[in-house]
Amino acid sequence: MRLLLVGTSHRLAPVEVRERVALDPDGEAALARRLGEGGEAVCLSTCNRTELYLAAADTDAAGERATAELADLGGIPRAELEPYLYRLEQEAAAAHLFRVAAGLDSLIPGEGEIQGQVRSAYERGAVGPLLDRLFRHALHTGKRVRSETAIGESPASVASAAAALAAQVFGDLAGRRILVIGAGKIGELAARNLVKRGAELSFVANRTFDRASSLAERFGGSALPLESVEQELAQADIVVSSTSAREQILAREQVERALPARKGRPLLLVDLAVPRDLDPGIRELHGCFLYDIDDLQAVVEETLSGRRGEAALAEAIVAREGGRFREWLASLDSVPAIASLRERAEAIRRGELAKASGRLSDLSEGERHAVESLTNQIVNKLLHQPIMRLKEAGLGEEDERGAPQGRLEG
Amino acid sequence: MRTWRELPASVRKVSMAELLVWPALLAYGEAAVAYAGNVRNPRLHYGRLATWGVRLGWLAQTALLGFQAVGADGFPWSTWAGSLNLFVWLVVGAYLIWGCSPRYRLLGLGVMPLAAALLAVSYAAGGTTEAEGAAWGDVLLLLHIGLVLVSFAGFTVAGGLAALELWQERELKSHPAGLLRHRLPSLVALDRLTVTTVAVSLAALTAGIVPGLARLPERGLDVLIAGTVVLWVLGASVLYLRVRAGRRELAAVLALGGVGTVIVLQLGLLFAHVA
Repeated sequence: MRLLLVGTSHRLAPVEVRERVALDPDGEAALARRLGEGGEAVCLSTCNRTELYLAAADTDAAGERATAELADLGGIPRAELEPYLYRLEQEAAAAHLFRVAAGLDSLIPGEGEIQGQVRSAYERGAVGPLLDRLFRHALHTGKRVRSETAIGESPASVASAAAALAAQVFGDLAGRRILVIGAGKIGELAARNLVKRGAELSFVANRTFDRASSLAERFGGSALPLESVEQELAQADIVVSSTSAREQILAREQVERALPARKGRPLLLVDLAVPRDLDPGIRELHGCFLYDIDDLQAVVEETLSGRRGEAALAEAIVAREGGRFREWLASLDSVPAIASLRERAEAIRRGELAKASGRLSDLSEGERHAVESLTNQIVNKLLHQPIMRLKEAGLGEEDERGAPQGRLEG
Repeated sequence: MRTWRELPASVRKVSMAELLVWPALLAYGEAAVAYAGNVRNPRLHYGRLATWGVRLGWLAQTALLGFQAVGADGFPWSTWAGSLNLFVWLVVGAYLIWGCSPRYRLLGLGVMPLAAALLAVSYAAGGTTEAEGAAWGDVLLLLHIGLVLVSFAGFTVAGGLAALELWQERELKSHPAGLLRHRLPSLVALDRLTVTTVAVSLAALTAGIVPGLARLPERGLDVLIAGTVVLWVLGASVLYLRVRAGRRELAAVLALGGVGTVIVLQLGLLFAHVA
């Protein structure tokens, strides 16, 4: 069995091609079953890539089948699809999957979602010994990269930057109250990130009350008319504003009036709107931390450059794990030779014991057991060095591997 | 050549003190250097080295204090140098509560060089031997010294926490892009710890002042007592401003002022002993 990868990703194909060869979870499972007949197959499909991992005796035939399946799936003539496809074999395919699982091949280096997507693809795949080992190792590598480097620690989007800043101010966000001004998508995304970290969406204020109610209902909060925002400032810990209003929504004086009732509790205000909803003068108030879209964007930029720095460390981990997998892959080639050697040695041992059975008939059960054990030990010790040599030879060049196998089997 | 037992008792005592003070000094110094290294390059394992330096140094100093307590005929920390030794041990002990957390390593950068320097001063001034001090039977004096030193240590750590809180506040206000890179404790956590530490220190100071009052008629009022009262007022103001008035920043500034007062009081003690 040899390992083969056929796929396409954001590095090679535009979104128009990627979206046509994308698979939903059921499609991934069905294609893996079809391609896995007589071998093994896992289909990994995300918004950035569709990759088919195959283990087959004949990689040329398997590659042809995989390409044909992708062309059928996208309804794209094969000749048009092929320039967007890559094809990797053996350790190159494994190293690629390790980089993917570590988030190093993602649009945003170190993004965490890919680890779960690789796991799901593996669980839906038609796996056998080779792909099982490959995917387990890839998931282990992804986990190592995330725990031993800071590549995935910092926020990579404006919404997650807002959540990270909230954590920097409040620590644990459990029980912290969010006031959302504007019921648009951006505000909702930022609020969702905060809620994921334990905060509660308490109030949603919007010019259209119905839209405020709809968003508030989804998060278990209450809707407010825009005019009542000031009254709730004393209760809120985090204010997220993202209206499309042309005029300012919250003035410095309004926030200042709410401060005495807050008893020194910090207030984080996140202004995601352009033009800005919140008076920039708010940032001069004691205990008020105001961030606008440019501030958050700067945090994200810095984070991404930090992630790129961490990527070098992550690449080193991936290279080490890739090396370990390569060793295992190479050792597979020597398995039949080792098995044949062991069988032959065992046959000789049993044959010699059978020949001597007449002379050993007077032995007690315990003495018989001792002889069995002794002959086993002798055989194991004699085989140790040739087996080690075979394994070492397995790590060498392809053409060098055939020689020792042939010699020992003959 | 004489054996250890054949050496005079005074030589044996000094040697044992040296045997314990040097590891403590070296470990504290190593921790201080490692904390500095950790700030320059957080990726290397300096932080872990620093934490082990703090732990081992504190254990060595604990053994030193134990040896002093057993070896001395009286309370060995009633002298200025001796009290400085005990003060360092209390400060590092208080810091150890948070010192193992990577997020508080910047606090270590402030605490450990100070601890190493003060222990060195105490050693040079003879505070690490079994110098005779007040009698063990003078319970009021021992309580007074012990509790006041506990409060001094607490105010010192609270000052460090307050400095970190004010720095964190400034960073959050000024929006540097690398804000999240420092991995400091959250503002709210620093605020809570500062206030808690000040509350505990104030309680210890109050409890330490009471036995001191019993000695007031024979000693009379002096600058040191006035300084202690100033420290008490500062601590009480921190609690009032934070808990009742909701003035977090001003409370942190006053907590920082507490360290200044402790330094002045320590210097005052030095001059009082020299005089």
